[in-house]
Amino acid sequence: MNFTPDIRLFTCHYASQQSCAEGGTVLRGLNFPANITLTRLVCTGRLEETDLLKAFEDGADGVYVVGCPTDSCHNVKGSQRAAKRVASVQKALAELDVEPERLRMYHLERGLHPEFIAAGEEMDALIRRLGPSPFCRKAA
Amino acid sequence: MIVAERKPLAEILKMVQGCKRILVLACKGCVTVCSAGGEREAEILASLVRLGLQKEGTNAEVNTASLVRQCDKEYIDSLDQYKGQYDAILSTACGVGVNFIANLRPTEHVYPALNTTFFGGSAEQGIWKEMCAGCGHCVLHFTGGLCPVARCAKSLMNGPCGGSVNGRCEINAETDCVWQMIYDRMGRLERQQELTASAPIRDWSTAGHGGPRKRVREDLTV
Ligand code: SF4
Ligand code: SF4
Repeated sequence: MNFTPDIRLFTCHYASQQSCAEGGTVLRGLNFPANITLTRLVCTGRLEETDLLKAFEDGADGVYVVGCPTDSCHNVKGSQRAAKRVASVQKALAELDVEPERLRMYHLERGLHPEFIAAGEEMDALIRRLGPSPFCRKAA
Repeated sequence: MIVAERKPLAEILKMVQGCKRILVLACKGCVTVCSAGGEREAEILASLVRLGLQKEGTNAEVNTASLVRQCDKEYIDSLDQYKGQYDAILSTACGVGVNFIANLRPTEHVYPALNTTFFGGSAEQGIWKEMCAGCGHCVLHFTGGLCPVARCAKSLMNGPCGGSVNGRCEINAETDCVWQMIYDRMGRLERQQELTASAPIRDWSTAGHGGPRKRVREDLTV
């Protein structure tokens, strides 16, 4: 099946600082998967569980969050809070019998690193393997 | 406060099966404070219910609303504004709230989204502990303010069972033996001598063993 997953990325201002440079053309030039939609937040600590769930309601096949390393978050505990919310939603996904890894948390150094691209590629490969979201609203 | 936690999603989804319009109703009282059923949790639950139903191939309109409290008639009366708009109310209040809605809205379907667990407080962020069992005959003045009814696994009234190890309860080693705590605290307060007096045989009828309890304040009734 020819399946291009719809993947949503939530990332903080710092982790994505250079990623948005020149309207995202830098990212695309580095082969960052085009099917990943990036939403930039002031801090991942601002992310609510409802934001993650809403992404799935809106048809995402996979969702991931990139925040600062746990020990060097610009806002001290922002990325730790995000990781807790991700974990909580992963638990809820498991309760609904949905693969919890459709949602993932990454802690990456700020700026545009090969790891930032690698995380996107990893997520893309993972969701391609898992297939379309079981919350099949897209047809509607 | 009353402490509660969300029921498993599978149980909740089964309750609302077949409903086409669901109102997830938050409560701004205790369950907001213990992060189980306030507006934020109701929004999360509404989203999870929508996703759960979508996954089962059904669709429903799931909205949220909140009441200041669900344990007072005047607030329940404000549900009039939703009359006829929902097949079911999924309440994220404690069991008291669900009972109030069931009492006051005789023909409406109301379901509990939470398991109501105990009366307690937040020991530290994200952790709640039981402190009182609402026994209706408080003995805290004898025990240095620490409750043997709620916090001793056997609700002993005359000192420890003898099974505690290193200050931990024999029933659950993660729990402090409250009788050890009472003994230590009474010592610090120089009141240990008081513990030699025998507690009288208790009348448990005030603790709910005599049926549902009711309190009437003549000066407040109209
Ligand atoms: S003795 Fe009864 S009323 Fe007092 S704290 Fe314990 S359970 Fe509550
Ligand atoms: S060990 Fe302490 S708290 Fe546990 S049952 Fe015995 S007296 Fe009660």
